[in-house]
Parts: sequence; C-alpha cells; structure tokens
Amino acid sequence: MCLAIPVRVEALQEDEMALVDIGGIRKSVSIALVEDVAVGDYVILHVGYALNKIDPEEAERTLALFAEMGELEQIASEAAAQL
Amino acid sequence: MKYVDEFRDGQLAQELAQKIKREVQPGRQYHLMEFCGGHTHAIFRYGIPDLLPPEVKMIHGPGCPVCVLPIVRIDSAIELAMDHGVILCTYGDMMRVPGSRKMSLLKAKAEGADVRMVYSTLDALALARQNPEREVVFFAIGFETTTPPTAMAIQQAERLGIKNFSVFCNHVLTPSAISTILESPEVRELGTLPLDGFVGPAHVSTVIGSQPYEYFAEEYQSPVVIAGFEPLDVLQAILMLVRQINEGRAEVENEFTRAVSRDGNLKAKRIVADTFEMRREFEWRGLGMVPYSGLKIKARFAAFDAEKRFTLKRRSARENKACECPAILRGVKTPRDCKLFGTVCTPENPIGSCMVSSEGACAAHYSYGRYRDHLAADTPSNLIQKSEA
Ligand code: SF4
Ligand code: SF4
Repeated sequence: MCLAIPVRVEALQEDEMALVDIGGIRKSVSIALVEDVAVGDYVILHVGYALNKIDPEEAERTLALFAEMGELEQIASEAAAQL
Repeated sequence: MKYVDEFRDGQLAQELAQKIKREVQPGRQYHLMEFCGGHTHAIFRYGIPDLLPPEVKMIHGPGCPVCVLPIVRIDSAIELAMDHGVILCTYGDMMRVPGSRKMSLLKAKAEGADVRMVYSTLDALALARQNPEREVVFFAIGFETTTPPTAMAIQQAERLGIKNFSVFCNHVLTPSAISTILESPEVRELGTLPLDGFVGPAHVSTVIGSQPYEYFAEEYQSPVVIAGFEPLDVLQAILMLVRQINEGRAEVENEFTRAVSRDGNLKAKRIVADTFEMRREFEWRGLGMVPYSGLKIKARFAAFDAEKRFTLKRRSARENKACECPAILRGVKTPRDCKLFGTVCTPENPIGSCMVSSEGACAAHYSYGRYRDHLAADTPSNLIQKSEA
C-alpha cells in the first residue's frame, strides 16, 4: 500500500500544496513534508503527500550503472573489430 | 513517465540477469527476502523469477501493513464504525480485510455503518470540517511512508481547532519487523529457511533513510540492499546482494540513491517524532507481539487519539486455522503451500490478509504467478514480452 509514484511539480500553491502532473492528470497534493520544493522538481507521491524529491543526477547515475554492462560489451566488440 | 520507463528497459533487464547468472557461484544458494509488498508485486508482474538462475530464490516477507495488521485491530475499527456511530475513514486497501467472523469494513458499510474510503489524510480532515456535528475517525495504518501524512493531519487538526477528528493509530515500524524475522525460531533453526540477504524497502527508506538498516548488517551479518520498485532496480539489487554474499560482506548498500539518503527525510522524521511515541509492544499478524514496533499518539495530542476518546472492547480474535499467512509472512512457506489458495481464498473472497492487498504475497501470486506453474519453461517472461512489444 505504499506504492508511490514519481510526479512532476507544475505549480506551487497556498498552504504548502502543489499542483502535480500524474500521467497527464493534474492534482493538488501536499508538499508540507519536503523541504524546498520548486516547479520542475520530481517528487515521490504517496497518499496525497510528496515524500521526498527525486535527485535527477542520482537517477542518471543509476541508469548509467545498469548500462555499464552493455557498454563494456560494446567496447570489447569494437576493440575486437579493430584487430 | 519520467523516472519510470527508463527503469523498465527489457534489454537491460536481460543483461542484468545474465550478469547475475555469471556471478552466482555453483553449488551456492542465495535466499533473498524482499521485505516490501512493492517488490513482491514488481517481481511477479515483470516475471523476474524467470530471469533468475535457480540458485537465487526470492522469499516474500511481511510486505504490506495491511497484511500484518492483526484481526483485533480490524475488529476495533469495525466496532468504531458500527457501535460508536462515527464516520470511519481509511485507505481503500483496508476496506476488504476480513476481521472476525468474516466481517469487514465494506460489509459494515453495507449494513449501514458510515465507512468512507479516503485517498489521503487531507480528505479525512476535510470530512471532519464538512461534518462538524459528527465524530470522524481516521483508521490509520502503514509503515513509515504513511506515518508522516497521519502526523501532519493530527497537527493540522490541532492548528485549525478541529474538535471532531481523531485517529485510530496502527502505524508500525519496518526495522523492528525485520529483526523479528531474523530472530524468529523458524528462521533461525536449522533445517528451515536461511536468509542470506534482504532487499530493503524503497519508499519507507525515502523517509527513514538507509541508516536504520546498518544495525542488521552488523548484528546479524546480513547484507541489505535498498532498492526501488522498478524491475531494473530489483535486478540490480539482487546482483549487489549476490556480490556481497560472494565476497563475504554484510553491508547496507543503496541502489535507490535517486530518492534515499543515509538520513532520509529529516523534516518528515521530525514531524513524526513530535506526534508519535513508541508502544512497548504491538501485535503483528503472523509475527506475534513485537517489542517497540508500533507507534501511538503522544499524550499531548490525546484529544485526537481515538483509543483515548472511545472505549473499545478488546476481544481476542481467532484466525482461520488453515490460513498460512503467518508462515508466509515469515518467509517459511509460499502461498502455494496453503490449502485454501486459489480455491476457497481468492482476491474476491480473501480469507487471510495476504490475499487482500494487491501487494500481499498471496494476491501477487494469484494475479501473476498462478498460471506460471502450467507454463512451459521457455515461455518468455512479461518483461521480455513487454520490451519486444
Ligand atoms: S506498504 Fe510500503 S512497505 Fe508495505 S509492502 Fe507496500 S510498499 Fe512495502
Ligand atoms: S491463500 Fe488465503 S488463506 Fe491461504 S495463506 Fe494466503 S491469504 Fe491465507
């Protein structure tokens, strides 16, 4: 039941609320639990509250980690092709 | 959607699976428990077991707060709705959980009790404001993800002077559940399940951080990898656990750095600490009494504590004896070991809590895993099919 989803903050509202985009649908959620939320941030949304921000640099790093394998193989095959 | 699709790449999943296959040591077993229902769900949904070598076994742990809430607490919620005439509101998952005598909140509603489903504690507060002449009770359950929103609601109710709102608090703490599993006799004793490592909860950890798990790694020499809920996250976490086990390490590693830091969300933790304190013990369905594993509302907010505000009868409740939920929650049995699975007990007519929430082990098994028994071994998994589509 704590399946939360990443959403993008579209606009800040009064009372520590923000308008977010959930797969095309706009919804007003609370950002009272997260420090310094800005428009354009991605936050993890759960039961109407943002729980934390998603760090885009860390997200890229994780993706790069996954890709590391494929890249290594590519480098190896390219190296092999040059022989 | 950004930060979702990238983490579902079928090709990359294959590569990660290959990597895991290459790194498992022959003759060695890797029993890994995923603590979270969110992971259980992802594992079944994306057919991850089909991608794993036979040496790696995923064991489904306590999963969801819905699954671990004891029947007596559900009975109390039903009592609040039926005997005390309150507007009882709660998250959708709780509505169908059977209490004693197959009664559920949904059935109570059908019998005339005022039970409402809310999406957020914000909705619960709104209900209290719209119905000043009625008592509104929020039936609060959940691990560390849902606790801060409940704390916010209590604080907000105080700030706004809302007098007809209270919370029936059933919040529980993830780390104590993990230690209970590690200490349970079935798990410890020889001949039953050895656990070689844990996949740690994603969203719970966005709040509490990775630090609380360091104790397990040290005390129980059990590696923990905190992982996101997307299929690539889970595969990467498995790879990281396999490596730790191979190297004889027992550390807390964090695969979910995009949202989890060591300290977690300090602001959320502060609000929780201001509002709640530990109960000496709390009963978990399947795990029994677990010391310091649940939260209660601090005396300062007693006016918003439904347990103080209403006198609740405390009956003891009996579970259906055939239901294997307790063993499943400990990781000692799988849903298929239950005689009721898929016949008497289905998501439409759940007997035990593991069948109720879509993240419960039995429900996940039913929705995604049930037919796998009949499939030929070479059937491509959901993940592969998805990437080809
Ligand atoms: S509620 Fe959260 S901690 Fe529990 S199973 Fe679901 S995702 Fe995991
Ligand atoms: S199948 Fe139903 S009865 Fe059996 S363990 Fe799961 S929830 Fe309990």
